[in-house]
Amino acid sequence: MSKLIIFACLFVLYSLYSIIVYTKGTDNAVAITAADQLKISKGKKLFQQYNCIACHQLYGLGGYLGPELTTAYSDKTRGELYMKAFLKAGGQRMPNFHFKDDEVDAIISYLKYVDTTAVTYKNP
Amino acid sequence: MTATPIANQQATNKAAKAFLILAMSYLLFGLVLGVIGGFQYILPPFLKESFSFTKTRPLHVYLVITWIFTAAQAGIYYYLPKISNRQIYWPGGVWLHFAMQLGISVCIIVCFFLGYFGGREYLEFPPVFGAFILLSWIPFVINFFFTLKPKYKTAPVYIWMWSTGILFFFITVSESYLWVFEHFRTNIVRDITIQWKALGSMVGSWNMLVYGTGMYVMEQTSGDNKTARSPLVFFFYFLGLTNLMFNWGHHTYIVPAAPWVKTVAYVISMTELLILAHLIFQWRKTMSTARKNYHIIPYRLLSFADVWIILNLILAIAISVPAWNYYTHGTHITVAHAMGATIGINTMLLFASVFYIIQSGNSELPSGRIKLAGSGILIANISLLIFWIAMLGSGIAKIMSKQNSDPFSSMMEKIQPWFKVFTYSGTFVFVGLFIMIIATLRIMNSKKN
Repeated sequence: MSKLIIFACLFVLYSLYSIIVYTKGTDNAVAITAADQLKISKGKKLFQQYNCIACHQLYGLGGYLGPELTTAYSDKTRGELYMKAFLKAGGQRMPNFHFKDDEVDAIISYLKYVDTTAVTYKNP
Repeated sequence: MTATPIANQQATNKAAKAFLILAMSYLLFGLVLGVIGGFQYILPPFLKESFSFTKTRPLHVYLVITWIFTAAQAGIYYYLPKISNRQIYWPGGVWLHFAMQLGISVCIIVCFFLGYFGGREYLEFPPVFGAFILLSWIPFVINFFFTLKPKYKTAPVYIWMWSTGILFFFITVSESYLWVFEHFRTNIVRDITIQWKALGSMVGSWNMLVYGTGMYVMEQTSGDNKTARSPLVFFFYFLGLTNLMFNWGHHTYIVPAAPWVKTVAYVISMTELLILAHLIFQWRKTMSTARKNYHIIPYRLLSFADVWIILNLILAIAISVPAWNYYTHGTHITVAHAMGATIGINTMLLFASVFYIIQSGNSELPSGRIKLAGSGILIANISLLIFWIAMLGSGIAKIMSKQNSDPFSSMMEKIQPWFKVFTYSGTFVFVGLFIMIIATLRIMNSKKN
């Protein structure tokens, strides 16, 4: 078979696979109200704006200087108050970003939402 | 396009060398930022408020990634007229590309220093620059296809690799910005899955540019123009392409996406075993013949790249096993794989291309400069091996600490000795590569060049 045909076949497969990945198998299993969605979106925006991914990971994506945050919300040794303390004052390695209270709440909402989706993370 | 062929060739060579210098500047500054980042691991208060890790890491990542594709583009610009026996199609486009890339880089670096981020892995700059980067590639694409006018039925594998690298760079950079649409942004599982998909394949795209460059240099230094057209090498190209397209899923074992995504990825990842088997089989053969080669520096670099390919493939296959991936993912074992690939494989292959280019204009290199480059190569590779082992060690220490349910602070304390080893050995990687850059610049500045 010609090299061009093999390439074309692989490319068609890749395109179909991409469409399937974009639309199937990742449906939101968590029901979110519109008000929560606003807060979560704000938290996500702040998470990106302050480049939190440079030090923290979500689902293994990100840097390693700070702790993984995928399940930080439900982690018995961490949880909401623990994360709030870091967000407000920083830590040994984490700078103080001087977040306002509503910004801290938005980031916590986002991390809470991430935590609720982490089914396979908690039960591999 | 009224220039004579010789004038055109000289102008192209000059532009290619300007790209080489730009690429090595990215590498140099990227390494400095990497060393600073390393020290932030072992000295937590170091620059914490004024120049925190949220700035050093994106700068390091951006600069070293840009080194990889800029050095590959420099080589391609230099090789295009030689391969096609044609003048470069749009000489002004080469300089337009250069000016756009330099301008974008300066803007991105300034944004990072000022704390303006897009906050996405690898592409941590504000999203608008993603579009500008693609725009800056347009003159490169025009020159590549219009100079080469590739006939794919008979083209050697490196032309396929370069074409694939260009095509998938555009696809994957665009794909990595799908998050700006609500369908992707508001669903974290979908967002992370697509991000892993785009980034996994994006790495594959620049690997195609680099491996193509490596293949071309191997062909030119050995004088064997059959290998790059052999059915076996095309079999490996298509296997690599399949991996580029589908094996990204081994990053998503912990993401609660559909299980078939992971199964496809696992099956595809295991095909890499075939590449590994082939490499080990070929290794002795390469050792016995290539020593005679006249191009001693490119030969040494290609040999080191071969060792790193084997080490990295063993690691990649190991961490693709789902049961192990659950533990290794999110540890420095993944970083070891990334560093082995970007420094051990890509940087060695790219420097082989750099030395091949500068030697083309100066066939008799002074022995002092060969020695200088050789010592740089040796220092970089030995310290990289220590660095790589330290990354694996810190990953294993993290896994053990996780199993003990240690709090993060005590986990970091336990891993500290490994962090020290990788920071100090990383500094020596910088020293080795710095020596290689100095040797390159000295040869480029010599009279004959």
